[in-house]
Amino acid sequence: MLQQWAILAVSACYLGILFGIAYYGDKRADAGRSIISNPYIYTLSIAVYCTAWTFYGSVGRAAVTGAGFLPIYLGPTLMAALWWLVLRKIIRIAKVHRLTSIADFIASRYAKDPMIGVIVTIIAVVGILPYISLQLKAVSTSYNVLHSFECPSVSHFAGGSIWKDTALYVALLMAVFSILFGTRHIDASERHEGMVAAIAFESVVKLAAFLVAGMFISYTLFAGPTELITDAAKSPRLASLMRLEALEGGYASWFTLIFLSMMAILFLPRQFHVLVVENVNEDHVRKASWLFPLYLLAINLFVLPISLAGLMLFPDGSVDPDTFVLTVPLCANLEPVALLVFLGGLSASTGMVIVATIALSTMVCNDLVMPVLLRIRTFQRRDLRSALLAIRRGSILGILLLSYAYFRLIGESYTLVSIGLVSFAAAAQFAPVVLIGIYWRGASRRGAIAGLLAGFGMWCYTLLVPSLVISGWIPPSVLEPGPFGLEFLGPYHLFGLDMFDHITHSVFWSMLANIGCLVGVSLFDRQSTMERLQAAQFVDVFRHGRIDTGLWRGTVTVAELRDLVARFVGPDHADRTFSAYAERHDIVVPAGAQADAGLVAFAEKTLAGAIGAASARVMIASVVKGEEITIDSVLKILDETSQVIEYSHRLEEKSRELEETTAELRAANERLKQLDRLKDEFVSTVTHELRTPLTSVRSFSEILRDNPTLPGEERRKFLDIIVQESERLTRLINQVLDLAKIESGSVEWSRECVDINAVITEAARSIGRLFQEKSVSLEEILSPQPVLVTADRDRMIQVIINLLSNAVKFCEPETGRVVIRSAARNGRARVEVEDNGPGIPADEQERIFDKFHQLKGPRDEKPRGSGLGLTISHRIIIHHGGDIRVESTPGAGAKFIIELPLAGTGTASQQPAASGREDQLAGGST
Amino acid sequence: MNGPCEKESLPESNRHGARLIALAAVGFLALNYPLLSLFSKIRLLFGIPVLYIYIFAVWYLFIICVALILAKPLVRAPMPPPRKTEKPE
Repeated sequence: MLQQWAILAVSACYLGILFGIAYYGDKRADAGRSIISNPYIYTLSIAVYCTAWTFYGSVGRAAVTGAGFLPIYLGPTLMAALWWLVLRKIIRIAKVHRLTSIADFIASRYAKDPMIGVIVTIIAVVGILPYISLQLKAVSTSYNVLHSFECPSVSHFAGGSIWKDTALYVALLMAVFSILFGTRHIDASERHEGMVAAIAFESVVKLAAFLVAGMFISYTLFAGPTELITDAAKSPRLASLMRLEALEGGYASWFTLIFLSMMAILFLPRQFHVLVVENVNEDHVRKASWLFPLYLLAINLFVLPISLAGLMLFPDGSVDPDTFVLTVPLCANLEPVALLVFLGGLSASTGMVIVATIALSTMVCNDLVMPVLLRIRTFQRRDLRSALLAIRRGSILGILLLSYAYFRLIGESYTLVSIGLVSFAAAAQFAPVVLIGIYWRGASRRGAIAGLLAGFGMWCYTLLVPSLVISGWIPPSVLEPGPFGLEFLGPYHLFGLDMFDHITHSVFWSMLANIGCLVGVSLFDRQSTMERLQAAQFVDVFRHGRIDTGLWRGTVTVAELRDLVARFVGPDHADRTFSAYAERHDIVVPAGAQADAGLVAFAEKTLAGAIGAASARVMIASVVKGEEITIDSVLKILDETSQVIEYSHRLEEKSRELEETTAELRAANERLKQLDRLKDEFVSTVTHELRTPLTSVRSFSEILRDNPTLPGEERRKFLDIIVQESERLTRLINQVLDLAKIESGSVEWSRECVDINAVITEAARSIGRLFQEKSVSLEEILSPQPVLVTADRDRMIQVIINLLSNAVKFCEPETGRVVIRSAARNGRARVEVEDNGPGIPADEQERIFDKFHQLKGPRDEKPRGSGLGLTISHRIIIHHGGDIRVESTPGAGAKFIIELPLAGTGTASQQPAASGREDQLAGGST
Repeated sequence: MNGPCEKESLPESNRHGARLIALAAVGFLALNYPLLSLFSKIRLLFGIPVLYIYIFAVWYLFIICVALILAKPLVRAPMPPPRKTEKPE
């Protein structure tokens, strides 16, 4: 028997050490040098799974059911093999979305529905209460045993007055403890490094304590574990524990326990908290997957020996098997060992209570109280940090007091393990919505609500109600035969199913209802866009890292956002996160500026860390003026935008086409105008040209008519003039028609191989009389070889005659001299017509080929010629692909040059001949 | 375990995934009816009931297998650099 003060002093010291570790852990975390960032601490923190249930309850269960304590640890071992797949995915999702509790996780998966958060929180709190009460019971019992147990006397510890009940003080102490550990400040990521460090330390203590107790019992009281077992095997009652038949419910129960513990290791709120929320690095899962099962194996090694030892020491059943770990060492006067065991049990209980209450208080605060609070106007504009802390502290206290109440309610009527299993069955209700939710997109919000409610309802009816019946709070007639005397509604044999033990029975019905409703409703449900989006993000979290769902359309300033965040996490922290955001994105965020969508989403995520995803959404909505963009509207905007873009694209194309057409039209118009102008000029010139000879014809004709007495000589002279003028008129009209024909393209061109020399000779012959009349000499210097071109022979003659007559026109009689040369050079035929007339001024040379451009005579006399000859010649040469130009120095004559492509240009034979003639041509021109 | 060394043919998580699922299935079968019932006898082996020997042996082997599967690839394959933290997409 130990003195009370000694027990209390040791406990106080132990708790002091825990605080020291937590404080150190927090300080290191603040300094950025985490002590928990390694897989070993991670593994030890997961070992918060081993509570007083493991520490005291396993031995008790082994004493009754033999191997029946083992499935609770085999299940997590099997599940740990799947962690690499399942847990890593959950961790990734939680990190991406900053989810800080299982309620947050499930609500976020199903369209961030606050309703789901509420349901999950209620299930968690109601479901975990028995579990926490189990810890209270274990601690108070172990304390009572330690200070009052007299071997081998029989004692009973049932508390009398509530104020003398150790459990109440344990509950209050634990509440203070959890509050100090978990809610000293609000952290945006909801991570408690100090707490994790303390939990890891506790895991070491409880394992060490249990192993030490096992060794002492095996080797001090007996010769060793195997000898102990061999001794026990001699008793048929104890030997029966070595078979599985000792387990009530047999293999079905065994299977159920493995299944329940597989789910519990992931979905108990405290396990979710240490596994997911407190996870520092996904890769730690790799080592934890086998280290944690190893821890479980180690802590179970001595369960059977201790249990058998207890059964042999207290064969009359006077001692509660749940206390064997303590009572056996006490009986052997190993009081230091008993004290160590007590500390181990204390660490197992406190670890569980701290993590569970922190996890639950976060859920109660974020998913239960906050949504209500944030709807109240007065709370919307205040600094809520203190409120948050108060809510969490209050909920921790509340949860522990409720647990105590549950403990008082059901009293001593249950063993530790059977109390814990009730909680496991409740936690298993989260398994379908999470596991199906992260692998099947089709799981819908309504399906989740239906599944959770149905499963929880079944759990309440088949486990919670009976426990209240057994404690005498509900008349036993409900249990046997059934409510209202209806046997088929009996909570322990629903619809006549009576082949299972109570837990299996309950798990079967609740899972059937849960999964059935979830899948069934989902299959016939229509998901909203938000649901589909969240589902896709959860299911495909590894595929596309992250998409920002929180798209907000509307305006809010950076300062407003920061104030909002500051109200929950504190101004310093808000400033720090905002500047970190600015730094990370390499932008400057002035306080007065409009926050962009990215910053708003960032603020929402930060808030989600502090108050949960659903509440964060509500808060952001309260400051962002404007509505939230749903995916539908995003798609609509995109659609509209693309339509507008396409429309404007088409418009641009149209206007470009229009511009082109306009330019073409303008050009055409210009050309038309020019043509019109030319036509006008042409018509006026032609009429002018026609009028001159007509006038003389008319006037001479009138003279002849009016003066019949005119002498014959005179008469004849006048008639000659009339004839000449008529001829000129005819010629003019012919030329105009000719030109019109050429220009309209209606001339029929014959194309034959023509020798230019022959053309020149013929033209010279036909115009020879003109030269003789004016006594102008014509010299022909022709290429000795024929110069062949493909041309219309008559037209070429016309051109040469034109040029020659032109030349003779400007030559002075007697001294006039015209030279015509022909040659072939560089693949082109060349004809030169040179005169020694007055020449053409430089400014006239360009216009000389225009229609009706007439050169004035040297003494400003009446222009000679029709003004169409050169124009026609020019058109003819251009048509033949040639070129005609004039070279002249005023006063020294003019030289017209025609160049035409030779027939069969490019043949090698003609090139040397052409260059040979070039010299000849040069020599001939003077 | 020493099957063909699929170097980069499958992402690590996929390769691990299939093995881990198979292992979990084997473990689940080995630790349930009817295999378990074969050892549900009152007989001691080395002073320990056969049921416990069987369960703890399976348990321990299971842990070893998980550890081997999830061991860093550099244990078996010479390929990757020593500090390769894989973040499978």
